[in-house]
Amino acid sequence: MEKTQNNKAWFLVLPVLVLVAFSAVLPLMTVVNYSVNDTFGNNEFFWTGLEWFEEMVTSDRLWDAFGRQMLFSGIILLIQIPLGIFIALNMPKSGFWASFCLVLMALPLLIPFNVVGTIWQIFGRVDIGLLGHTLAAMGIDYNYTNDPLDAWITVVVMDVWHWTSLVALLCYAGLQSIPQAYYQAARIDQATRWSVFRYIELPKMKGVLLIAILLRFMDSFMIYTEPFVVTGGGPGSATTFLSIDLAKMATGQFDLGPAAAFSLMYFLVILLISWVFYTVMVNMDREDAK
Amino acid sequence: MKFRGSAIVMTVYLLFLLVPIYWLLNMSFKTNAEITGGLTLIPQTFTLQNYVTILTDPSWYMGYVNSMIYVMLNVVITITVALPAAYAFSRYNFMGDKHLFFWLLTNRMAPPAVFALPFFQLYSAMNLIDTHIAVALAHCLFSVPLAVWILEGFMRGVPKEIDETAYIDGYSFPRFFIKIFMPLIASGIGVAAFFSFMFSWVELLLSRTLTTTDAKPIAVTMTRTVGASGIDWGVLAAAGVLTIVPGALVIYFVRNYIAKGFALGRV
Amino acid sequence: MSRITLSNLAHSYLANPASDADFALKQMDHVWDDGGAYALLGASGCGKTTLLNIISGLVRPSQGRVLFGDRDVTDAETSARNIAQVFQFPVVYDTMTVRDNLAFPLRNRGMDAAYIARRVDQIARMIGMEDRLNRKARGLTADAKQKISLGRGMVREDVNAILFDEPLTVIDPHMKWELRTQLKDLHREFGHTMIYVTHDQTEALTFAQKVVVMHEGRVVQMGTPEELFETPAHTFVGYFIGSPGMNLLDAEITGSEAHLQGVSVPLGAVYGPTTGRTQIGIRPDYVTVSDEGLPFTVKRVEDVGRHRIVRAEFQGQPLSAILPEGSSVPADPRLGFAAGKINVYADDWRVQPTTVPGGA
Repeated sequence: MEKTQNNKAWFLVLPVLVLVAFSAVLPLMTVVNYSVNDTFGNNEFFWTGLEWFEEMVTSDRLWDAFGRQMLFSGIILLIQIPLGIFIALNMPKSGFWASFCLVLMALPLLIPFNVVGTIWQIFGRVDIGLLGHTLAAMGIDYNYTNDPLDAWITVVVMDVWHWTSLVALLCYAGLQSIPQAYYQAARIDQATRWSVFRYIELPKMKGVLLIAILLRFMDSFMIYTEPFVVTGGGPGSATTFLSIDLAKMATGQFDLGPAAAFSLMYFLVILLISWVFYTVMVNMDREDAK
Repeated sequence: MKFRGSAIVMTVYLLFLLVPIYWLLNMSFKTNAEITGGLTLIPQTFTLQNYVTILTDPSWYMGYVNSMIYVMLNVVITITVALPAAYAFSRYNFMGDKHLFFWLLTNRMAPPAVFALPFFQLYSAMNLIDTHIAVALAHCLFSVPLAVWILEGFMRGVPKEIDETAYIDGYSFPRFFIKIFMPLIASGIGVAAFFSFMFSWVELLLSRTLTTTDAKPIAVTMTRTVGASGIDWGVLAAAGVLTIVPGALVIYFVRNYIAKGFALGRV
Repeated sequence: MSRITLSNLAHSYLANPASDADFALKQMDHVWDDGGAYALLGASGCGKTTLLNIISGLVRPSQGRVLFGDRDVTDAETSARNIAQVFQFPVVYDTMTVRDNLAFPLRNRGMDAAYIARRVDQIARMIGMEDRLNRKARGLTADAKQKISLGRGMVREDVNAILFDEPLTVIDPHMKWELRTQLKDLHREFGHTMIYVTHDQTEALTFAQKVVVMHEGRVVQMGTPEELFETPAHTFVGYFIGSPGMNLLDAEITGSEAHLQGVSVPLGAVYGPTTGRTQIGIRPDYVTVSDEGLPFTVKRVEDVGRHRIVRAEFQGQPLSAILPEGSSVPADPRLGFAAGKINVYADDWRVQPTTVPGGA
């Protein structure tokens, strides 16, 4: 659409600007302030320069958390994206069953994060949870509070349970926008099921998939509440992801300086990776058009 | 043949989604003795006592009231400020518009954990700690960029000629906006409100940091009850079930718009 | 390649159609000869596309049979029918190159690679895209995409029929003419049965050997363009074909004369008694305007280039006449009807004359 040049439009954006400045810029400034100072309370600050950043960059603890975080986000994407596409392909196209599936699938998305954690915490317990009890009855030694691998599996399965529907719903919306004629043409061309997916459905889902991957990456990278409720970051620090580590540092140990430096780097890493994702995928798209 | 395959896939997936929820529901109707006594697939001693506990104890049910208040506040504030901004982005070029839009979106990428502490200090300084408005404002940081994005998409679909015709017919901007424009993007407003609701309702980290007693949301009430002196599993399960209900209701009412909102590819 | 027979066919999109109106396609028997070039003409929503989709197997008819030659294909899958179809909007596989798009139907049928390469080159030349074969289909203009769709429809040599569903809707006017001419050439060259759905009479009349006119789910006439013009079988055909459409005037018929409110008009043929609403139909091309004949009122004269159209009122009913180049409307205009060119309609259907002049 042709847009008019009009700087008065700033007035329309002003409320958003004020609000976001109030709730984003001010806190961010505070973080920046902490990250370059040391404090012993009483609003006394001592300039420390980039000391905290140095400490954080060289901290094994942070790098471990970062490694766990990347592994977690990687596994999540590898499971949820293909699974989401697969589910979307199998959803009913219209009618009562389509609404039925939509409503039930959206359900996990609207459960408060800590309740998601609670549900899986209970579900996986060997004494009172269906899953844990069943596994134990089958002779499998499953205990997410002691065994790091079990804890990981529980957290991953929980995240798949929680978020796969989002990917599926996005893909479903992309699929719905494909005109019927494409499927008819494919039938006439005697295309195989795989060809239909590869040449019709996948290209049309590309846009929503980009969004799905970005969203899932960002949100899994910031995950805090759900694993915290289930495992508390343990056993040991097996499931201590970046946010959990950060919260421990900031609220538990009151290491405000390091926590602030950590926060800033965390934010920048997310921005950077998101930007790389976005640029790579948009470029791929452009290459394709040639 | 193909239909049957799809039906099996969907049945398995929905079971995977629903069984953990069922287990929570199941527990909420049991007594603690039954829960810890052994595994039963349906409640043997069916009881509503857990729900009665929650609905008669203010420290429990006020949690729901608090959550509802700040969620509603958040939705109202979000939509009110996002509407004019989205209109500006969809209709005009102005200095710095692209940067501004991108900057708004980066807020969606900020980990709440990064903001939790500064928020606490900022709101303490302003004496806003433990108020509904504080939580609502904090959640705006994430819901406003999203709402602007969604609304902008819907507004772009409305031809500009409609605006021009209205101005020629002598409508003032506010009157045009409310009487003509808003009804045209009603479904967009619905979708944006839905996502604002969703975000605010499920978020815990910020709402926990910013509240102590008076505005404490239900989700937090739950975490603080756990682990005090032995866990009251039944009540915990019932409280969990009750947090699912509002979301389920909202989904049911907007089910026809969800696909549309997702279709815009803007979440 | 084979003859396509529709026997006792009808279709309704409702599960339990109660009345005639519930049928998108009313009962019909119809034969499409092998190698014919047909146009299926009708207004939007008359059932053209439904009929096409039944032939291609995308829709299963609620009753009746579809035969390809002697083979009953009513329940056969689209892929088993070996037909090609081109849709209203271009359907191309965006991520494939133009070459892969054209080769796709052949590859899916496991054809020999050398043959595919040869055939694709041939088709590319025909649609004029040989210079862009290695380009991705995405980002091409709508008419280039539609040319690819046409090419994909044409690429298989052994198809039973090629179906076109308003394929030129998205094409620029000057390209339309070119593509239509190409289609005609292709038809001459390969002799495929072609069925071309359109609501544009020019397209239908210039493309097809035989035009099938549909109205409200019924085939009202099938004939050569000339037959549709001279002897429309139904008033809808008279009205839909020709510009402006046929004039229809209420009349009473006795023998070889029509009586219009006291005025007699010779018909040039003898008719038996008619029942129901009786009308005579005459093309504006056969209405003469001069200074003798029946009195009428001229409303306005439209200049449409080669000739002019006189919009007039005759006995309170609207009437059009075509004024040949060079002639003008006299001061006291009168009209006349060319006797042999008048058709008689009872309840919208054409009445056959009992004797024709020159016969018996």
